[in-house]
Amino acid sequence: MRRALSVIVENQHGVLSRVVGLFSGRGYNIDSLTVAPIAGTEFSRINIITSGDEAVFEQITKQLHKLISTYKVFEDCEFVERECVLVKINIDQNLAGLDSLLKGYNGTIAHSNDEYMTICVNDTSDRVDNFLKTIKKYNPKDCARSGVVLMEN
Amino acid sequence: MITGAKMICEALKLEGVEVVFGYPGGAALNIYDELYKQNDFKHVLVRHEQGAAHAADGYARASGKVGVAIVTSGPGFTNTLTGIATAYADSIPMVLISAQVANSLIGTDAFQEIDAVGMSRPCVKHSYLVKTIEELPRVLKEAFFIARSGRPGPVHIDIPKDITAIKGEFKYPSEVNMKTYKPTYKGNPRQIKRLASALMEAKKPLLYIGGGCISSNSSEAIRKFVEKTKVPAVCTLMGLGVLEHDNPYNLRMAGMHGSYRANMAMSECDLLISLGARFDDRITGKTSEFAKLAKIAHIDIDPTSISKIIKADFPIVGDVGSVISDLLDEVKEFEFDLSTWHSVLDRHESLYPSFSYEDSDEILKPQWVINECAKITPNANIITDVGQHQMWVAQFFKFNEPRRLSTSGGLGTMGYSIPAALGVAFAKNNEVVLNFAGDGSFLMNIQELMTLTAERKKVINIILNNAYLGMVRQWQTRFYNERYSETNLEDVQPDYEMLARSFGCDSFRVKSKDEFIKAYHECLKSPRTCVIDVVISRFEDVLPMVPAGAAIYNMILPQKLITKDSK
Repeated sequence: MRRALSVIVENQHGVLSRVVGLFSGRGYNIDSLTVAPIAGTEFSRINIITSGDEAVFEQITKQLHKLISTYKVFEDCEFVERECVLVKINIDQNLAGLDSLLKGYNGTIAHSNDEYMTICVNDTSDRVDNFLKTIKKYNPKDCARSGVVLMEN
Repeated sequence: MITGAKMICEALKLEGVEVVFGYPGGAALNIYDELYKQNDFKHVLVRHEQGAAHAADGYARASGKVGVAIVTSGPGFTNTLTGIATAYADSIPMVLISAQVANSLIGTDAFQEIDAVGMSRPCVKHSYLVKTIEELPRVLKEAFFIARSGRPGPVHIDIPKDITAIKGEFKYPSEVNMKTYKPTYKGNPRQIKRLASALMEAKKPLLYIGGGCISSNSSEAIRKFVEKTKVPAVCTLMGLGVLEHDNPYNLRMAGMHGSYRANMAMSECDLLISLGARFDDRITGKTSEFAKLAKIAHIDIDPTSISKIIKADFPIVGDVGSVISDLLDEVKEFEFDLSTWHSVLDRHESLYPSFSYEDSDEILKPQWVINECAKITPNANIITDVGQHQMWVAQFFKFNEPRRLSTSGGLGTMGYSIPAALGVAFAKNNEVVLNFAGDGSFLMNIQELMTLTAERKKVINIILNNAYLGMVRQWQTRFYNERYSETNLEDVQPDYEMLARSFGCDSFRVKSKDEFIKAYHECLKSPRTCVIDVVISRFEDVLPMVPAGAAIYNMILPQKLITKDSK
């Protein structure tokens, strides 16, 4: 079962590896991980998407709490969730319908040159998944997902 | 303005450190130069860095204070990993200071460089890599605070060589106020009230005492609780001594080598109150069969322990002593009548007494040796290594006080006992310090006999020598059709008597009861560290025994007792 966690930690070297080490040391999986400092504070926010049953998830959250560098753990709450994806497609093809696809997913053209254009979409992970399925018909050359950014409601 | 090295010494002095165990090296030279100049605490030169960590661990277990070790970078540090992992597994407060190559060299694969913090991270409570001189006083203060507070544990500080050389302002914080670390000591009153109601309704309640009761100094509160409520108690290896050996409500050790009565009590109770214990697999056996009839109350200062293995009906995060006192307040007006439960337990005890063995006048039995030591020196400080002898000591030595036993419970570290005994000898000056080891484990850190001699510390070392790696041999006998793969040490042993002498110890090799008693009294009279190599029965097993993965009520019991009972 998919689980989302947002962990507020001290913004110090080594803290991310403590968090990640906790997952690897216990054999838990990380599906996505994002981390950045929280502006104006001494903290950073680490967003983690993981999976597991109730007992595993309880252990994960308890172990995260136990880390000396952890300030707060948000779990099982309503999150605003966004993920960014960049997709590079060749412009030397029939691009009919791309405009409406971008509109539907609130996408933009982030960059273009005489060979490729790079599209950027920001949305929930589910919708990013759907977008990536649809964009397949334009034979994407490459794509990069950011991982999920979370904030509790 | 003082150097980082001087700051380290000042901080240790302000923390009340009496002794540090360590080994110098290139990156640690500035620290060692400063150690040379001060007289505030003693530095003990061990003969191997693993010994430094185990000695700090033994000192901490026996004294209740934070143990301190200092080592150099690279191999100096990596040699301590087993020691800090041992302390972590048993929640022992320790501060390990490792020197690191200079900041400018970190990441260059410099001589004796290793990612020490990266390596220690999975086996410490917390760790620091000090990057600036300004943060050093705070880091030192926090390290001691974290090591001793909440669930205690080892804290590692890695300090680059340049930081120990440069000068900075030394303002040692008077207190620690970390936003991210605030252990919970007081149990939730609502949960305690719920547990009190359950306790008053229970017909077969049972306390399950773990090492947390010792690290939180809760023995007195638990004894009061037991005296008032008459609730019987089993203990883990780490909980030995919390209740007096002969306390009528002490059912003794439970688990893989626990007593029949203790294991049956766990299997039959209707309310199990765990105090600072973590439901280790050596205690629970097959978890689906563990305490099946009982509601579970789990009291622990570490929330991650609660419901990790066995789901708790009454989860209470807090200090054991504080929670058990609050629980006693809730039930003190209630008249407990547990006579039926006690008669059930008495019946179990009469069937298979805890613990028993068949003595012999032909060959020395390890249980007899331990009993004899307990008889002659009942207040000795005991250290064990890991293996059969460890379990025999747990079964047969009579522990009446907490902190009288230092043993590697969680990690099961062979080679623990001689350096740990060194630490205990420093914590318990002028008291009898008695180390039991097997012939296998005794060799693993034997070099620390030299430290004992150099420091003029006296430890009586008893090698229960069956010329086997005994516990593995026992499993091979019972579960591997007697294929003794790499466990037979007969004819491939050193002459322990001569070896011990070469380290400056008094030494004896004994084969009979008379010889043992004579040698033990000689040791008690001697001012030196002593070694008694005791030739014991080769095939003696530790019984009862619960096979790994079996339910704890499925014990292999001593054969003679089964026969006696079935007649």
